[in-house]
Amino acid sequence: MKDEKKTKIIKTIKIDVDKCNGCRACEVICSAFHAAPKYSSNNPARSRIRVIHDPLKDVYVPIYAGEYAVAECAGRDKYTIDGKEYDECAFCRASCPSRDLFKEPDSDLPLKCDMCEDEEEPLCVKWCITDALTYEEREEEVEEEEEEQEEMEIGLEALADKYGLDKIMDTVARMSMKG
Amino acid sequence: MRYAETGFNLEIDLTRGNIERVATDPRDTELYLGGLGTNAKILWDRVPPEIESFSPDNLLIFAAGLLCGTPATGCNRTIVSTISPQTLLMVYSMMGGFWAPELKYAGYDTVIFRGKSPTLVYLWINNDKVEIRDAAHLQGKGAIETAELIKEELKEPKAQVAAIGLAGENRVYYASIEQGRSSASRGGIGAVMGDKGLKAIVVRGTKDVNIARPAEYLELCNEVLEHIKARDGNPIPGVMPILAGLGSPQEMAVHDEKWHTENFMWGNSRTRIRDFWTEEIAKAWMETLESARTRLISCYNCPMKCGATLSLPGLPTYMMKCFSKLTYTLAAYSDLDFGLKIAQRATEYGVDGYSAPQVMAFALELYENGILTDKDFEGMPSDNEGRFYWLLDRIVRREGIGDVLANGTYWAAQEIGNGAESYAHNNIKKHEQLPLKLSMLNPMYFLMYATGEKINITQIEGNFPQAPFPTREEREEFVKDWIQVPDEKFKQYFLDWELRGENSIPYYPTVEMCCEIVDWQEMMHYIDDALGMCAGLSSFPLKPPYHIHNYPKFISSGAGIDMDEAKLTQAAKRYRTLVRAINIRRGMRRKDDKPPEDHWKKRFPELEAELLDKYYKFKGWNNQGIPTRESLHDLGLDYVSKDFIQRGILTDGEDTPSKETSAEKKNEV
Ligand code: SF4
Ligand code: SF4
Ligand code: SF4
Repeated sequence: MKDEKKTKIIKTIKIDVDKCNGCRACEVICSAFHAAPKYSSNNPARSRIRVIHDPLKDVYVPIYAGEYAVAECAGRDKYTIDGKEYDECAFCRASCPSRDLFKEPDSDLPLKCDMCEDEEEPLCVKWCITDALTYEEREEEVEEEEEEQEEMEIGLEALADKYGLDKIMDTVARMSMKG
Repeated sequence: MRYAETGFNLEIDLTRGNIERVATDPRDTELYLGGLGTNAKILWDRVPPEIESFSPDNLLIFAAGLLCGTPATGCNRTIVSTISPQTLLMVYSMMGGFWAPELKYAGYDTVIFRGKSPTLVYLWINNDKVEIRDAAHLQGKGAIETAELIKEELKEPKAQVAAIGLAGENRVYYASIEQGRSSASRGGIGAVMGDKGLKAIVVRGTKDVNIARPAEYLELCNEVLEHIKARDGNPIPGVMPILAGLGSPQEMAVHDEKWHTENFMWGNSRTRIRDFWTEEIAKAWMETLESARTRLISCYNCPMKCGATLSLPGLPTYMMKCFSKLTYTLAAYSDLDFGLKIAQRATEYGVDGYSAPQVMAFALELYENGILTDKDFEGMPSDNEGRFYWLLDRIVRREGIGDVLANGTYWAAQEIGNGAESYAHNNIKKHEQLPLKLSMLNPMYFLMYATGEKINITQIEGNFPQAPFPTREEREEFVKDWIQVPDEKFKQYFLDWELRGENSIPYYPTVEMCCEIVDWQEMMHYIDDALGMCAGLSSFPLKPPYHIHNYPKFISSGAGIDMDEAKLTQAAKRYRTLVRAINIRRGMRRKDDKPPEDHWKKRFPELEAELLDKYYKFKGWNNQGIPTRESLHDLGLDYVSKDFIQRGILTDGEDTPSKETSAEKKNEV
């Protein structure tokens, strides 16, 4: 068993910032897709992709929501590329206490890109018809299968960080008693 | 729950500093849809004809179209309506960009301003928190500069800002409202904003916009995207490049300006330069644009990238779209480099890119012809381009002759007198137009120019080809997939339309056909302007993705309003008629429904009279252009006829011509 390698599908969204025109169609469709019921509303503030853009500085960075970060980094990064200065933490994917990116606007719960789960193609890619976003899949061998964290788990973890696990358990208990 | 719309307006009283959030009546949405439609209703109800443009009782209305903020591609228009200081009529100008969707996400459909603030202020809408803030430190700042400063001071980089520059503050009659890559610039709405003491409206929203029947709506949106992709690879053959594709005219992308530079007029819309476009010029202009342009950019939720970011050496970066690329160049008989440079300053000042260059060329013509003299131009540099910069600076500051010119060519000519009137020759209803002079009357364009109350040809024309195709085969090919026609008969009209002979301009399309074609094109624009759709994906280009057959589905599945083609056609007619009613009440009559006098060399007075007679009838208006009691009744606008009768505009026997009133009264400045 030891030498038998497993494979997994690596899903890559390629981002060509030179082709981005700042339209935010990706934000529109992502937030619509994740509405419940599906497409029943949209709101870019809930999108799991955000386009950081500052047209006067020609800054266009579509960023995908990544892991939830309990605490902010010890320091921040600030890039200058081709003479263009990017905002602090511009390229970071984390839903982090230091900024309002990738959080549900009402509850502050963290958002994370799920590659649109069962859709054939990530919807942000589909709706970016100028091809700033393109999609690629390939197989790769892996050592061990990683446990994917469920969306609810991520949310709960964030709540636990905010309120403490005990308080959450209490609340859940109270809610279930109310029925 | 309300769908697509939020169901709330903001009422801002600038005199008292009062802010109110008001629920709207869903029945109004059904009748007037939103955007232009509901704006017209509000103006009719609340701004009687006695109220002048610069009265505190005039309203300035910013509406997000009904479907703005939904996933419908290209639906991002803000429709700004008020009474114009220049035309003295209702004016509505649209801007694309990002402002309207943001307003929806903040939870409002419309912002209505009344009164005047004693000091310069801006409005900050941040979801439920709305406040009027001091803008004294922004006085005199450029429109783009203002937006950047405000976002910085609020620490809200994601906020969307619509602002005026110095021109608006000084009530220049063709001042614009600028919003990053877009602007609402026609008819002097920026002057009204300045008069109200309002420097900017800043909005940030993080709420949901809801859809009534999500799956169905998304399906429609996906079809639109597919259509855009298909059209992208298949430009329409036989028409010039800017008409072959979708979107607003792709002025920021194209280099070949042979057609514009050789067919449009230079100077004060005077001279045609036939062999202008040489290889040398083509090369130089290409270099200018390539080196200035950093990126092609889009409006919210649209792939068409009709705008561009421009950085010229030594000047702040700005954004441009459409034909302002060439208007300054043409007016000054100069080159593209000059055009792009002066447009930067003009954008910060916030002036309309059609009117401003024309006014300056008009002034210089008056000077050359001795009607204005050295005294009026004291201190003006002697080089051609320097003179334009000098004039622009005087106009936006209302200094010296600039104070007169700031009122546009019509009012300036009235004030200057001494024969100046004939130099203000390119206006419709006192409003400057594209510099276009042609030879043979085109009956459809005659009707659009004469009766279109948007008073701007690119915002009236559209779905029917501008000219016949040379061969029958080409025409047959064209109509094959022409699904956008409201009725099959339009295909026949086009098939039979020839370049020469009996079935050619000006007697073909026949008067009856012209009425139908113009009515169709106008209806599409009116629908766009209520829904907030960009004309570039609907009413303006040939074979667009949105049309009368899919719009009702968008409205029913998006907004949850029961809609079909007949009902939508009726709704568009309703608020179109209401726009006319507002203007009729302000004195507009048949005498005002005319194109610029010299627009065509070959005119046909009898045909033109017949066109107007029949078109008025077709529209349900009497021969003065006044909606009749009967047609008002059919549209559910009895309240309009009641008012008309009270004012003596209509009599009980409705066809009696009414007494002439007039939109000629001079504004107080
Ligand atoms: S849809 Fe594509 S072009 Fe538009 S903002 Fe997103 S990444 Fe950029
Ligand atoms: S892949 Fe799907 S979930 Fe991820 S950002 Fe794109 S649309 Fe959103
Ligand atoms: S077609 Fe052009 S102008 Fe219209 S919304 Fe799209 S980018 Fe903006």
